[in-house]
Amino acid sequence: MSGQAILETNNCTIRFGGLTAVNELNLSIQPNEIFGLIGPNGAGKTTVFNLLTGVYAPTEGVIKFLGQKVDGLKPCKISAMGMSRTFQNIRLFSSMTVLENVMTAYHVRTKQSFVDAIFRSSKHQTDEKAQRDFSLEVLEIFNLAQFANEQATSLPYGSQRRLEIARALATNPKLLLLDEPAAGMNPQESVELMHLIGSIRERFKLTVVLVEHNMKVVMGICERIQVIEYGKSISLGTPQEVKNDPKVIEAYLGAG
Amino acid sequence: MNTLLRILAWLGASIVAVTIVESILKSLKNYQIMGSDIITDYGLNIICLMGISISLAVSLQLINGYTGQFSLGHAGFMAVGGYVAAFITKSTLTGANPPDQSLLGTLPVYIFALCAGALAAAIAGLIVGIPSLRLKGDYLAIVTLGFGEIIRLVIENIEAVGGPRGYIGIPKFPKWTWLSAGGFEGTFSSLSWIFLFIIITIIVVHNIVESSFGRSLVAIRDNEIAAEAMGIDTSFYKVLAFTISAALAGFAGGLYAHLYGQLVPNTFNFVRSVEIIIMIVFGGMGSITGAVLGAIILTGLPEWLRIMAGLRSDSLPSWINKSLGYLPDLRMIIYSSLLILIMLVRPQGILGNYEFSLSKLLGKSSKNLPKTTEEKKA
Repeated sequence: MSGQAILETNNCTIRFGGLTAVNELNLSIQPNEIFGLIGPNGAGKTTVFNLLTGVYAPTEGVIKFLGQKVDGLKPCKISAMGMSRTFQNIRLFSSMTVLENVMTAYHVRTKQSFVDAIFRSSKHQTDEKAQRDFSLEVLEIFNLAQFANEQATSLPYGSQRRLEIARALATNPKLLLLDEPAAGMNPQESVELMHLIGSIRERFKLTVVLVEHNMKVVMGICERIQVIEYGKSISLGTPQEVKNDPKVIEAYLGAG
Repeated sequence: MNTLLRILAWLGASIVAVTIVESILKSLKNYQIMGSDIITDYGLNIICLMGISISLAVSLQLINGYTGQFSLGHAGFMAVGGYVAAFITKSTLTGANPPDQSLLGTLPVYIFALCAGALAAAIAGLIVGIPSLRLKGDYLAIVTLGFGEIIRLVIENIEAVGGPRGYIGIPKFPKWTWLSAGGFEGTFSSLSWIFLFIIITIIVVHNIVESSFGRSLVAIRDNEIAAEAMGIDTSFYKVLAFTISAALAGFAGGLYAHLYGQLVPNTFNFVRSVEIIIMIVFGGMGSITGAVLGAIILTGLPEWLRIMAGLRSDSLPSWINKSLGYLPDLRMIIYSSLLILIMLVRPQGILGNYEFSLSKLLGKSSKNLPKTTEEKKA
């Protein structure tokens, strides 16, 4: 594909001992699209996310984000460049309130220095206020503002998932990686989530990459889908193309 | 400008607070209860020790309580700060060209020495922190324990500071002018230094914790992977918290050195570190108020048991007199049973992560949160 891709991987491979979890994966994600990454259980989807966000460094291959090589960088550096993510198994900051969870993620953009914080300078105060205002605004979008002072882990499961997305948005990302955002949600919540993802993309000018098992969600919002199996890409195209690809059907249902 | 005003306001308020407390102590000095002095040099010494414990516990809270990194080397940093500060004051004030012996002449020496001690401890913290904070949990505890012991052994082998025999003849704190008529010698003036430092420690730790940086530290404790994914440089912040914590411990060590006028390496062994950890576990991990409470109770406990034993009198039944007499000998047993009791009944410590707040107490929301939608509707 063309060179203006926001995220590109080139023959990206990772091996854990003898196991090749991701094998020569080529991704090319265009700005502002919603891109689906699907595959049967154990296909390596979450490993791909971990590679992209820097949790693992690829054994071979190159990952380019915004035209810069990012493989081997620490996750916090990649996050600061504008890539944020949510987790398959929810990883909220459990001792904090809902609001503090979002504010914590704002820290990458903080304007106060450590000394400002110790001396409570005016810079510290305006910065804290900016953090709080922005976080409340995001929570409002996610319909979580009324829980701002609740303990994050006391929220219902579906709300915790939405809070994770809200938190990821507070880092001001250009690319948002969502790892099974609809897991554990009922059909009603899933539909709401689809609309939500669509609206935050417009509002924050995001590119979204989605790993999801709920096909209704994937087929409903993704513009392009890549299917992987055993760490290898087996199909790439629009939802319609992918749905009718015999290789995909074989991967999911077995050969007929 | 704002910042400068704030610093001045703090310093002013702290000095006023210290003066008030000391005036109360001073006025109590002339009164007696049941034939014994209320304020004795011994009692003041205990209060000073409590104060040093408070600043150690509060500073350790930053790394153990808030950042969730289990460090067992706090006594080591205290030792570095203590020895460096003591060396500077002793060699300057009793050296070849001693400065003017007035308060104005000696005060800068003490302040410089204490700050140098804190700096040395911070550097030691940095050196220990960078390699060891890659480890987690028990491994980190073992490595910091090892570093703490190394620091102690190194000091034991430096002949210039007395080696294993201890470092003696450290000048005690000078008297403050407004207390010069107080009648108490060294201990009394140490008290004001220690009070001032407690206030500084609590303000520094509190302001860090209640800021963007504090949230990052707590995020590391709650979920390190998520913290890293949210752009928080976890290794950097761990080392930062460790270094600040070590610096404050070093300062407290300097105060300790000048309180007693002597330092023995063996007082800084790992048992001392464990004691400080027990204080914060007892008071509540992640609470400054808890650390203060834990330090006061656990430092005072053995002394209180001794005082209880002193209450024996002829008017009491003999069995009470007898059991009171056993109390001092039983103090380690009482101490440890108290800890076991706390762990069974309240594993999160006495206060958990509750924080005392004046504005909360007065019904004012300290966080100035805008009204939530539900409150608006109501």
